[in-house]
Amino acid sequence: MTVTPPDQIESTGLSSTLPAAVEAIEGRGPWLLAWARLRRDKVAVGSSVVILGIILLALFAPWVAHLVGHGPNTQFRTTGLSPDGIPVGPGSTFLFGTDDLGRDVFIRVIYGARISLLAGAVSAGLAVAVGVIIGLAAGYFGGAVDGVLSRFMDVVLSLPYLVFAIALVSLLGPSLAISVAVIAFFSWASVGRIVRGQVLSIKEKEFVEAARSLGASHLRIMFIDILPNVLAPTIVYATMLIPLSIVFEATLSFLGIGVLPPTATWGNMLSESIAYYKVAWWFVAFPGLALLITTMAFNLLGDCVRDAFDPRGNRLFVATEE
Amino acid sequence: MSLLEVDDLHVSFSTPDGVLRAVRGISFAVDPGETLGIVGESGSGKSVSTQTIVGLTQGARISGTARFEGKDLLTMSESELRTVRGAEIAMIFQDPLSSLHPHYRVGWQIVEMIRAHEAVSKKEARKRAVELLGLVGIPSPSQRVDDFPHQFSGGMRQRAMIAMALALNPKLLIADEPTTALDVTVQAQIMALIKRLQKEFGTAVIMITHDLGIIADIADRVMVMYAGKPMEYTDKRTLYHQPHHPYTEGLIGSLPQQGGRGSPLKSIPGLPPSLLRVPKGCPFHPRCVYAMDRCAGEEPPMRQVSGGLDHRSACWLPPEAVGTTTDIVVTRQELARQGRSSAQEESA
Amino acid sequence: MTEEARTGRTQRDTLLQLVDVVKHFPVPSDRLFGGKREHVHAVDGVSLDVRRGETIGLVGESGCGKSTLARCITRLHDVTSGTVSFDGRNISDLSVSQLKPYRRKMQMVFQDPYGSLNPRRRVGSIIGDPFAIHGMGKGADRKTKVQELMELVGLNPEHYNRFPAEFSGGQRQRIGLARALALRPELVVCDEPVSALDVSIQAQIINLLADLQGKLGLTYIFIAHDLSVVRHVSDRIAVMYLGRIVEVADTEELFARPRHPYTKALLSAVPTPDPDLVNERDQIILSGDVPSPIRPPSGCRFHPRCPRAQSRCTTEDPVLNVKDGDVSDHAAACHFPVADGEPLVMSQKEAL
Ligand SMILES: Nc1ncnc2c1ncn2[C@@H]1O[C@H](COP(=O)(O)OP(=O)(O)O)[C@@H](O)[C@H]1O
Ligand SMILES: Nc1ncnc2c1ncn2[C@@H]1O[C@H](COP(=O)(O)OP(=O)(O)O)[C@@H](O)[C@H]1O
Ligand code: SF4
Ligand SMILES: [Mg+2]
Ligand SMILES: [Mg+2]
Repeated sequence: MTVTPPDQIESTGLSSTLPAAVEAIEGRGPWLLAWARLRRDKVAVGSSVVILGIILLALFAPWVAHLVGHGPNTQFRTTGLSPDGIPVGPGSTFLFGTDDLGRDVFIRVIYGARISLLAGAVSAGLAVAVGVIIGLAAGYFGGAVDGVLSRFMDVVLSLPYLVFAIALVSLLGPSLAISVAVIAFFSWASVGRIVRGQVLSIKEKEFVEAARSLGASHLRIMFIDILPNVLAPTIVYATMLIPLSIVFEATLSFLGIGVLPPTATWGNMLSESIAYYKVAWWFVAFPGLALLITTMAFNLLGDCVRDAFDPRGNRLFVATEE
Repeated sequence: MSLLEVDDLHVSFSTPDGVLRAVRGISFAVDPGETLGIVGESGSGKSVSTQTIVGLTQGARISGTARFEGKDLLTMSESELRTVRGAEIAMIFQDPLSSLHPHYRVGWQIVEMIRAHEAVSKKEARKRAVELLGLVGIPSPSQRVDDFPHQFSGGMRQRAMIAMALALNPKLLIADEPTTALDVTVQAQIMALIKRLQKEFGTAVIMITHDLGIIADIADRVMVMYAGKPMEYTDKRTLYHQPHHPYTEGLIGSLPQQGGRGSPLKSIPGLPPSLLRVPKGCPFHPRCVYAMDRCAGEEPPMRQVSGGLDHRSACWLPPEAVGTTTDIVVTRQELARQGRSSAQEESA
Repeated sequence: MTEEARTGRTQRDTLLQLVDVVKHFPVPSDRLFGGKREHVHAVDGVSLDVRRGETIGLVGESGCGKSTLARCITRLHDVTSGTVSFDGRNISDLSVSQLKPYRRKMQMVFQDPYGSLNPRRRVGSIIGDPFAIHGMGKGADRKTKVQELMELVGLNPEHYNRFPAEFSGGQRQRIGLARALALRPELVVCDEPVSALDVSIQAQIINLLADLQGKLGLTYIFIAHDLSVVRHVSDRIAVMYLGRIVEVADTEELFARPRHPYTKALLSAVPTPDPDLVNERDQIILSGDVPSPIRPPSGCRFHPRCPRAQSRCTTEDPVLNVKDGDVSDHAAACHFPVADGEPLVMSQKEAL
């Protein structure tokens, strides 16, 4: 039997000759609809504005520091500490007051945001990337592949992460990179599980069979047919994973096994401030508040994203026959 | 007096996309022991209208009346309605699993149902449940009464639903596509069962379906619905042999039984409208081959046409234009053409 | 009897040949107690020839193995045993890469208008998938071809960039059909393509399928549980019951002279829309439900529900063969086939 070689498919030749590709009407896809819903959601807009503000402050931290004239690690022993060495409270010189070494808490908080956001975003990103690929493979191939990968995910999820982190740090020495790696290592498995579950149901759909019956490769089916359908829950989970990672990073810093002082991180600041909470409330309050507001904003946004993808009142799509 | 008289029922829902007018003025009556068929494509408002009558639609704006033995169901209190529902009016649905609780034994559910309405002992109610299951043709009912719904096949679940529906000897049974999910051989069993029980107990039935075959089998009178409105109302013979409404004609023409094998079916062009944006005038006019100028502007009322005794249709074609034979169709086309040209003359 | 004599045709106009196709699925069970693994006998020995250019209807109640058979034909499932030959070539043991050219020649249209299109992709790229997978046409060229296909199946080509959710059920079936036709297949396996649609839309799709068959010279395997639909579209009909073909014949022959009691009962169960005919026909109502395909009944699988069953039926499996006096195209698997015009229930004397 002969097979028409590629690139030589005859036109169907049956249609009433279309001149060229007809202008296409733009469709309202599921992404666009979710986006439109998100934009109408006041909470989503509010939390996005907060997150954007924090990102901007973090980005422009050196510039702000320059403007104020206070470096993150500059110690203002005369202006920043009372004569008996007590930190000064919030005022016009030091917006959020100073810490035990006479450093500007405001500047340190916005420098800390750099670490927190970076650690949060990078480790969440890594975790999602790894989790999606592993979950996709486990769910799609099933059988032995799934058996091995799923057991591996179970093991990771049941490891005591703090013990593991302390052990790793004592071996390699604390640093931001190690923190990010540790956080990502302990987060990808939950992403993987979610993705695997979704893939299991989606791979039974007829459109996957249709792709198979056309001769599509495994990779094509996994990434073109299945992945877009698991992306929505993944994005929702990723939005929730960022604050978790931020808190995780703060915990590591707080315990002294994350980013080391004097680098300003929220975790470091909190750990340093503990001894002073009676005399200098601002020292503990502002980094704590920054952590709280950031995680809350991300969590709220995550909730809104989920609602946007999965609205209660399902829409009624109606095609119009022009 | 009719058992159930529905007059000018309207039901609409507010949705994020606007007001969805699911039912837009339906009126019908069911006499004791009679079977009314409601036929129409999905989304035409069949389920919403009957569910509204028994107070099962939530969050809807409702107007009109639905008198059951003279009392308006739409203005009844929830507790009054609850005594009517089940005891006087029973319902069975397309998916029996949606109304059988998966975690309770079938028999227990029938017993509870009986005891909710009648003061009988548990033992007595259980005896009735076994009898009922036997009556609807469940093999070895005294054992199967303790099964869970998932242990029943699709056909048996529907039988169990019917048993439950008939437990209190209701005056009216509303069957909402009871056989749509079943195979033809099982469908035949269930239809035979409903007919037998109806004969035995004199229950009136509202049979909702999209299948004209079921209408032919069981209905006395038929209401054809389209886009939330009744299009035609008559007895089943007149409907099949002398339809007036072009939508009815289209439905019959779409059936594969019509015409020879391999010859094209007379399908209805286009799609049903969105209930959010129902066309002005006759809701069917964008798909109607006979559409006249008037059809796009003025909504035709239900009016008497000349097919049968009580034959009503919501179409602007002249009342005497009934039937599906070629002659009639040609006449109708001629009439429609006149309708189009006369309007053109008027506007000229 | 030889294969040739049985089907009454020569190999040449046979496009697809199934020989004793079996597909079993293992039943997921906890094997804690080391019990023997059970199997769903979804398809259990189906032989069938499909001729070039014909429409063969496949009917039977849900769960009788129609979809599984369709998936064995299109190699979405690997057969447990038996062979599937396309154009004289056994394709049931080809590797994925060897299979690829055959994928173009056989396409499938699915039942579920909602499940068969990826909700996250645009219609244009869904219909363009076959071209992308087989590396044909690029950019504007592909787009033109896709839009031609859309026009061919009666869709507005301007809707190229829309998403499946923006289309109705009937339109989605058209999209699925366009995708199936993109590579100009010879055989299209339609698995209940109209079962989920309303009658008026169903009629549109049936007409479209017939139209396309004429234009493109397609061969259809048309699966449905609605006999009136199958009767309208098919040249021949095969009736399935519990994983087997129990009867196969030309459409008119099957309706006029059903031999198998199951066929006869099935035909009589179809509702007629004409109220005057309802009471004329003698409807046969089968008792009970279809038995489980995990442990199908011994002998003839239909015997527990069969009004004609005798003791022979419970032990001896009837073969699918031509009964005395029938045309060579008409085969049934029954020990006590129904004679012309005979009522289903035999008198006691005959049985003995
Ligand atoms: N609770 C509800 N909220 C909004 N729309 C609804 C609701 N229930 C039904 N509808 C809409 O009302 C219309 C009629 O539905 P229905 O009566 O179920 O149709 P049918 O039974 O004729 O198929 C449909 O368009 C459906 O989407
Ligand atoms: N992938 C599968 N795994 C296990 N059992 C299956 C699978 N696919 C189908 N079956 C079983 O095989 C039988 C035949 O199914 P199917 O071919 O879908 O029937 P039909 O299409 O005629 O309704 C059914 O009992 C069904 O449960
Ligand atoms: S072989 Fe026997 S049981 Fe089977 S169908 Fe024929 S008569 Fe019935
Ligand atoms: Mg309904
Ligand atoms: Mg199937």
